Amino acid sequence: MADVRDGLCYTRTHEWVRVEGDIAVVGVTDFAQAELGDITYLELPEPGTTVKQGDSMGVIESVKAASDIYAPVSGEVVEANNAVVNTPELVNKSPYDDAWLVKIRMSTPDELKQLMDAEEYRKYLAETAATA
Amino acid sequence: MAPKVTPLIEQHRALGARFIEFAGWLMPVQYEGIVAEHLAVRSRAGLFDLGHMGQLAVRGRDALPFLQFVTPNDVGSLKPGRAQYSMLLYPNGGVVDDIMIYLRPDREEYLVVVNAANTDKDFQWLLERRADHPEWVVELEDISATTGMLAIQGPRAERILQRVTEGDLSTIRPFDTVQTTVTGVPTLVARTGYTGEDGFELYFPIEATVRLWDRLLEIGRADGLVPVGLGARDTLRLEACLPLYGNELSPEITPLEAQLGWVVKFHKGSFIGREALERQLQEGVPRKLVGFELVERSGIPRHGYEVQLAGRRIGTVTSGTSSPSLGKAIGLALIESSAAGIGREFDVVIRGKPVRARQVKTPFYRRPRQRIGEGIES
Repeated sequence: MADVRDGLCYTRTHEWVRVEGDIAVVGVTDFAQAELGDITYLELPEPGTTVKQGDSMGVIESVKAASDIYAPVSGEVVEANNAVVNTPELVNKSPYDDAWLVKIRMSTPDELKQLMDAEEYRKYLAETAATA
Repeated sequence: MAPKVTPLIEQHRALGARFIEFAGWLMPVQYEGIVAEHLAVRSRAGLFDLGHMGQLAVRGRDALPFLQFVTPNDVGSLKPGRAQYSMLLYPNGGVVDDIMIYLRPDREEYLVVVNAANTDKDFQWLLERRADHPEWVVELEDISATTGMLAIQGPRAERILQRVTEGDLSTIRPFDTVQTTVTGVPTLVARTGYTGEDGFELYFPIEATVRLWDRLLEIGRADGLVPVGLGARDTLRLEACLPLYGNELSPEITPLEAQLGWVVKFHKGSFIGREALERQLQEGVPRKLVGFELVERSGIPRHGYEVQLAGRRIGTVTSGTSSPSLGKAIGLALIESSAAGIGREFDVVIRGKPVRARQVKTPFYRRPRQRIGEGIES
């Protein structure tokens, strides 16, 4: 079973958000990394980039597939994790900790209400599995 | 339509496989992970379920002239117990399928192994070509439903397989076969494969599939044998530059363009596609398959991506991946011949952005300690 951390917010496209004041720390979930398999390439937005909720802001590629990374909230990217760009397999090893991807200064914190909490995301994964 | 499954579906589930639908079959794409499985085959050994592949039997008085007519390689040079890589071609030189032909060691019968996606098409094609020549006495049979197939590949494949094989494997050269027993099951053991490593492909009565799979995994465990899915099968074959039908070969691509001219033996006489290929040889091939690696770290090339030179389209990526052995983004591309040449550069368009790539020598990966004279049968 995929690991789902309590206390984080989740998108239907399998990003997670950890809220630290007005900053949203963003990564991809354990389910996403397992689905993608061995991750070998990441493209993240430069700091200073403005992103809108739901827009593609980066790319994650595994040996078998390429997938977009969507902005879970709107705002300005203030930091991108260079360590994970240089060592993409960190996403497989530590999706919720070492492999955070970007920090976004939220322009519209209300958008967080549209995300799922851990319980809802677990249910969402169970439904996804049932229809797959 | 529900996908077909091999006899090993429950084994794969128990091993925690992830599945994909491939050519109408539900097949394991990975167990532990593509990179781990890939590296296991390069350094130890891997076991592959090839139950989706097709097998056709060709026998009868005129089996040889028939196969000579429908394939470009010289079947006449094939000795009993030997294997030969070949193709079925359309009259325009395009490829119906790429195939392996074995002349059985124990009887006058050719075993033709074909791609899963093409089994029905190939069999139909052969039936029609036979109908074109009613004077030939040829028996054709699709034996896919009764033939089991596994591959064990990697530097430790021989050591592992030998423990349960009656015959002596050390005397079997590449592209040789022996009819023997494996775990007591009558099996055609062939020193062939699709990984660029030493290894074997096994053909046996389909009812024995589970027994062979379980037993091989069990006795190979101490040597690091692991099950390998289609994901690593693809990265392994791509590093070794072995073509995949639908990528490097298709009805629109000739063997000459795919750099497989060695398969075509003009000296052997008439065969389907001959005139078109001779013409192409005289006029020069318009396109060439080349190997490349990305110069910039800016994504992974994939099948179908456009290849450009100074902004002009010159071809298409046929296969691409992130190479587990080399740690680089590599690929094969079919490009205008005038742009081909080792060391020359072009751009691969990844998500709308041209990314610089350099043509390199192929294969990308060659296994160490290769003995002289080993390699692809010509």
